[in-house]
Amino acid sequence: MKLWVGKKEKQINNAQSDLEYAVVADRLTKKFGKFIAVDHVSFKVKRGEVFGFLGPNGAGKSTTIRMLCGLLLPTEGTASVDGFDIAKQSDDVKAHIGYMSQRFSLYEDLTVEQNINFYGGIYGLDGKHFEERKRWAIEMAGLIGKETMLAQALSGGWRQRLALGCSILHEPPILFLDEPTGGVDPVSRRNFWDLIYDLSHRGVTVFVTTHYMDEAEHCNTIGLIYNGKLIATGSPTELKHNLDRYSIFEVHCTQPVDAMELLRGQTWTAETSIFGSAFHVSTFNEPDTQKKISQVLAKNKIQTERIEQIIPSLEDVFIHMIAEEDARKDGDIHL
Amino acid sequence: MNIIFHIIKKEFIQFRQDKKMFIVSFFAPVFQLLILGYAATFDVSKIPMAVCDFDNSPSSRTLIRNFTSTEYFRVVGYYDKTSEIDNQLDDGHASIAVVIPRGFEKKMGAGQSAPLQVIADGTETSSATIGLNYAFVIVSRYSQNIVLESLIKRGSVMMPARLSTEFRIWYNPDLKSRNFMVPGVLGLLLMVMTMILTSLAIVKEKELGTLEQLVVTPIKPYQLIIGKLAPFFVIGVIDVILVVFFASVVFSLPVKGGVLLLLGLSLIFLMTTLGLGLFISTISRTQQQAMMTAIFFFMMPMVFFSGFVFPIENMPTIIQYISYLIPLRYYFVIVRGLFLKGVGMSILWTQALALLIFGSVILSLSVMRFQKRLG
Repeated sequence: MKLWVGKKEKQINNAQSDLEYAVVADRLTKKFGKFIAVDHVSFKVKRGEVFGFLGPNGAGKSTTIRMLCGLLLPTEGTASVDGFDIAKQSDDVKAHIGYMSQRFSLYEDLTVEQNINFYGGIYGLDGKHFEERKRWAIEMAGLIGKETMLAQALSGGWRQRLALGCSILHEPPILFLDEPTGGVDPVSRRNFWDLIYDLSHRGVTVFVTTHYMDEAEHCNTIGLIYNGKLIATGSPTELKHNLDRYSIFEVHCTQPVDAMELLRGQTWTAETSIFGSAFHVSTFNEPDTQKKISQVLAKNKIQTERIEQIIPSLEDVFIHMIAEEDARKDGDIHL
Repeated sequence: MNIIFHIIKKEFIQFRQDKKMFIVSFFAPVFQLLILGYAATFDVSKIPMAVCDFDNSPSSRTLIRNFTSTEYFRVVGYYDKTSEIDNQLDDGHASIAVVIPRGFEKKMGAGQSAPLQVIADGTETSSATIGLNYAFVIVSRYSQNIVLESLIKRGSVMMPARLSTEFRIWYNPDLKSRNFMVPGVLGLLLMVMTMILTSLAIVKEKELGTLEQLVVTPIKPYQLIIGKLAPFFVIGVIDVILVVFFASVVFSLPVKGGVLLLLGLSLIFLMTTLGLGLFISTISRTQQQAMMTAIFFFMMPMVFFSGFVFPIENMPTIIQYISYLIPLRYYFVIVRGLFLKGVGMSILWTQALALLIFGSVILSLSVMRFQKRLG
């Protein structure tokens, strides 16, 4: 089943085209007054990969995605999407991307089918091809038999998939998703990611922002953004290698807050961070750190239930990176 | 072109699905026209009058009959104490009171001046003034007749010379304020319908996030603007037709200057209201903000300074100058000219030109601002 029509000939004709990369950002910067929302961010997104933009709220994820989609003009720097310059050729950019935000921008007072008809019309689809795409979108969203339901009557997961369907009716080679799973139940989230993989396998480049670590694990490449700066990029495995210098232990004990405080005072401790009822300690790779931890805690009469070395999660990586970034920034200020 | 068509189609589907909007757009104008046509009137008639006739003579009764035989006064009661008259005025049962003192007829017979007291409730200034004027006319006519009668009775050969003025009122011969109000209502309605509804429709898409979604599609700003404004343009035209129809059927107020000319000039007026609607949408984040901005910053000043209620000539000079900035002012001259005077373009072209300039400026500024916001 050929659902995705490639637009290769166009790209070859385009002098700026870069067949390897779908999105290239070069020192992309956005300032709102004095506030720097995105600070000289550079990255490349390979064609057909799922690129996750990971960061806390307010880190600059949405601002970056909005610049790439032509919703905002960059203050400095450039970026190209599908070979088109986002500032100078935003109309071309818009024709080659799909965009879906957390708000699932559907017309609530229109039915499922009317929403699809409208967006299809806007993208200039018609005739048999449009009918095919419409059927595909309804099927993909699992809305067969619900075509005449008003969009406002749909539950979160359905709306999300219908919004996705509407935004890719025109088969864009690149899809931007801005926190697409916000406010959706876990099962729907899982289904949604299956759809994203499916698209990715068909050659669609997916650029997705999220603050869910588990979602980030699903991406081929991750960019960590913090305070407007891209602090690391790489595959989840590569990013975890950043922590090779450290060993990470999960500690279950009676007074985690006191214990963290104690451990932070040790020369061999790099970081501590709370994880549920337990906490993680990353230590410099020295022999017998596990023993040292239990000794420190025992000396201070803190009962340890369990200490085990763990494989670092992305969250560990992220916390580590942020701590490093903060430390560096403090250093800058003290200079 | 196709894209514009799809936006318009979507707007109409949404419009059809929203029963409230349908009622607001087509039922409310007619309703408002009828209400304002019947209720919003400055005409004074059947003023409730309390009478205190201490004289109770043929002369005093004739005088009272002179009052009641007109349609301007109706007697709510005859009283024999002035305190009761005070009560009537206090309660608001009577707006005017006539007190004829004892010896009224006797004094007149003796050729003396006979005093007469007329008390008016001044809380409603304009009604009171008008009522007092009527009373003054009735009383002076009465006294003139008495003078004449007595002269005739005495067999005077010389009739005193009398000036007679014939008043003729043009354009609205019955001086009905309804005829003044109804065309004005058209201007108000068009402004409310198009300006407020346009701004709400656009801001609603902002609130829902669909506007952002549209901006990432290859849609051009001008296509979006035309697509969003066109439906309200159509609603505006339908409203003009509705008002013209009801004005002529219900109030026997045809468009003397021609319906087509009215329609044509209304289209120019719609440029200003749609432009303002678009402008309001660019400065509002939520529908409430749009509504408040439209009502308090645009509607109210326009209604007061445009000559809808208060004549512009009576306003302080500065405000008269300000009123030149209000498109509604020109449109009122046009509708009243077309409805009442039956004048044509030869007279109205200055107003039309002013509206055209305003319309183009407002619309293009708003379009520019809207495009900048989107970019």
